[in-house]
Amino acid sequence: MGRLSWQPATVTDAFAETPQVRTLELDVTGWTGHLPGQHVDVRLTADDGYQAARSYSIASAPEEKGPRLTVERIDAGEVSPYLVDELRTGDRIEVRGPIGGFFVWHAGLGGPVLLLAGGAGIVPLAAMLRHRVASGSDAAVRLIYSSRSLGEVIYREELDRLATHEGVDVVHTLTREQPAGWRGFGRRVDRELLAEAAWPASSSPLTYVCGPTAFVEKVAGSLVQLGYDPRTIRTERFGPTGR
Amino acid sequence: MSVFSRGFRGRRQEGPPGRVPPGQYLVDDFPVLSAGPTPETPVEEWTFTITGDVDAPRQWSWEEFLALPSETITTDIHCVTRWSKLDTVWEGVSVDTLLEGVDTSAEYVLAFCDGGYTTNLPLEDVTDGKAWVAVSYDGEPLEAEHGAPARLLVPHLYLWKSAKWIRGLQLLAEDESGFWEALGYHDRGDPWQEQRHWGD
Repeated sequence: MGRLSWQPATVTDAFAETPQVRTLELDVTGWTGHLPGQHVDVRLTADDGYQAARSYSIASAPEEKGPRLTVERIDAGEVSPYLVDELRTGDRIEVRGPIGGFFVWHAGLGGPVLLLAGGAGIVPLAAMLRHRVASGSDAAVRLIYSSRSLGEVIYREELDRLATHEGVDVVHTLTREQPAGWRGFGRRVDRELLAEAAWPASSSPLTYVCGPTAFVEKVAGSLVQLGYDPRTIRTERFGPTGR
Repeated sequence: MSVFSRGFRGRRQEGPPGRVPPGQYLVDDFPVLSAGPTPETPVEEWTFTITGDVDAPRQWSWEEFLALPSETITTDIHCVTRWSKLDTVWEGVSVDTLLEGVDTSAEYVLAFCDGGYTTNLPLEDVTDGKAWVAVSYDGEPLEAEHGAPARLLVPHLYLWKSAKWIRGLQLLAEDESGFWEALGYHDRGDPWQEQRHWGD
């Protein structure tokens, strides 16, 4: 495998998902495709040559146009505010990737698949879900997605559409604020919620957990307590590290 | 040639000269990265083992390990995900101490951990005062998600080499890829040469 090099990328579309979160569709020179769950490094260069780079998960399925990245604004961050607030269609950035060979699911791995997302942790898991549908896989996939409020749910309408496919379930929990008549869960993902809503440990799902560190620690720890084999649980943690 | 980003200035928190490797940025917090659930091995069940290409394997219980001479290490750490943290303070046992008097022709080590994680290193990257098995960070016992009860500390290489939840070192005649090294990360991981991935 050759060295990964920085490739110019042109923004072909950019749209808000929530007030804090934006999706960028890129046209990357020499892009050779990716696996769902992988990420890229993005590099920005100021006009005097100063550079800053950060990693972002790929949101799109390999079958889709793109790659697309979905970026959450970290207010004190260096790169994400630019990507969320400043970057426009037609602008160019640089990307290096795809990167990551472990937090990956593709149709060849089969199911059942259990996806657990906290906040912007949905991004790589949504790539897996999109790939499950776009590839025509029949793997049973269940997503449990924790957001603070309905307005902070990323890809809400698309997730509703994906959930109409046979074998795809999407379960939401809103931890801070639930609208009137809300029929999903209304609390943090804990052992009891997992016991109620997740594939049971006995079905030996391939499990992917992505979100802020506290979410991942809680969820992965609860799964182990519930008897899931730790070797089947893959995690990706992120935090606002840009301070 | 670089692609310039219209209107981008950046924060330019570049740190003291010579301390921040290329492509890294500084953090004040301590991000957590790991590939699976956090293992929770009670110290009563914990041991540290030197095994593999040695005359006789060595093993310490937690109590015996804590009785070994330890050092305070103040060092900068660099994660392949591009954050660096300066002047971190650790307490740990030098790998030199653990290998004292071990008769081996091995040139490599594979660190092995609870949870199944492994990472490979040339023996010369963990000897001569370059690596420790740390049991405390910033004056406190390690937190579970940072590797409790003990983690390897090899601060001159990217932090995935500083294996959390370490249980021992296997001495090897031939280099054998560890977990991330088999999944696309660089075999050695020198941050000053940006050895992030295969081919770097």
